[in-house]
Amino acid sequence: MLKIAALRTPNMAPIDLDIGGGECVAVMGPSGAGKTLFLRAIADLDPNEGAITLFGAERGKFPAPKWRRMVTYLPAESGWWAERVSDHFPKDGAVGEMLDRLGLSEEALGWTVARLSTGERQRLALARALLLRPAVLLLDEPTSGLDETSIATVEKVLKARLAEGVSILFVTHDERQGKRLAKRCLHLKQGRLESEETWQTA
Amino acid sequence: MADGIIALSYGDLVLASLLILLNAGLSFILRLRLEGQLLIAALRMVAQLFLVGLVLKALFAIVSPYLTGLVALAMVLFAGREILARQERRLAGWWTYGLGTTSMLMAAMIVTVLALTTQLQPDPWYHPRYAIPILGMILGNTMTGIALGLNTLATTIGRERVAIEARLALGQTWREAFGGVIREAMRSGLIPIVNAMAATGLVSLPGMMTGQILAGAEPMHAIEYQILIMFLIAGGTGLGVLSAVLGGAYRLTDSRQRLRLDRLHRTEEG
Repeated sequence: MLKIAALRTPNMAPIDLDIGGGECVAVMGPSGAGKTLFLRAIADLDPNEGAITLFGAERGKFPAPKWRRMVTYLPAESGWWAERVSDHFPKDGAVGEMLDRLGLSEEALGWTVARLSTGERQRLALARALLLRPAVLLLDEPTSGLDETSIATVEKVLKARLAEGVSILFVTHDERQGKRLAKRCLHLKQGRLESEETWQTA
Repeated sequence: MADGIIALSYGDLVLASLLILLNAGLSFILRLRLEGQLLIAALRMVAQLFLVGLVLKALFAIVSPYLTGLVALAMVLFAGREILARQERRLAGWWTYGLGTTSMLMAAMIVTVLALTTQLQPDPWYHPRYAIPILGMILGNTMTGIALGLNTLATTIGRERVAIEARLALGQTWREAFGGVIREAMRSGLIPIVNAMAATGLVSLPGMMTGQILAGAEPMHAIEYQILIMFLIAGGTGLGVLSAVLGGAYRLTDSRQRLRLDRLHRTEEG
């Protein structure tokens, strides 16, 4: 479904990858290995070269904002541009349900961003991205800073998306988490793809 | 008009310069260590003004459109350097100087030529006695506005990187993602002239108007000139800030609507 051919940046050696619909691939490696750069390049947030197609359609054919709504990158550090949480969300009924599924109260919409805890920020940012209903999710450490209960909640929501046919590429430092969600893992090191591993579990 | 002027002799100036020596003396006694800088600045001012006086005298005698244009261009280029010097964080390469200078050139020229050909109409319209002082006043204020606007743009975009990229990653256009920063940059460039207009006459008597009054002009004449000048300055600043800030914002994105912080000059903190 998502085909990546020789994707590269000045700081990242060419990487090829095919992800099928409903497939989840983990990305692991020491810090500075280029995991974030890889996801950002796919979302076209940094200058990059190489060919990417989604359902056979070339990335360059889409205006960048449209591409990013279909192939959505969620950074490790969430960004907020308004004072109130609600200003970062669309005004429709799906928001409350999504927050509920991520273990957040709908009241959170009325709060100011400043009073959110790290974990709340992380889950709200994930909710914001999921509400776009992208075909591919690029998640950069989506559960770092969450407690075990919240991690389980988030993984449940991600698995539901996978079952719907959404593809997920996600960076994690926790191999057990990788194995809970993914069958394949890319190991990056110093800006290049070192090896690809297939996991039997999950 | 000239009848009302009380001409100064060099002796008068020397007498007034005793005040600078007094300041230098105070600085020495109080160990402010400013006396050197103070004296050099005072000497620079005297030398620069003498030179400007000679240049203007020659220009007024010749009344050549080319020479006037050349002096105007030199003023714009110096102002461009001043914009560059006022940046905490600037665009990589020549972009800040280029954007600042071209925006200023465009804005100040449009407004100055407009004033000379419609409201003032000296004969000829490019007469340096009118063109140079008016350009100077517009340039000085437009320069401040552009310097503030560009500086705010660069520092705010650097600071708001995470928020801007969050919006871009969610599929918002660069116009939506940059909108808040662009507005803030434009506001910071325009606030000084808004404040200056609000305070004029109550808190401050503008230098130009004071000068005309000292030169014997009717106060009502002087204020009319001042009002015209303030409108010209506001117009020039508005145009200049708009084009410089938008140009800078365009430079910090690209055809794929990314945030291109790599096009900002690196600072120590990254």
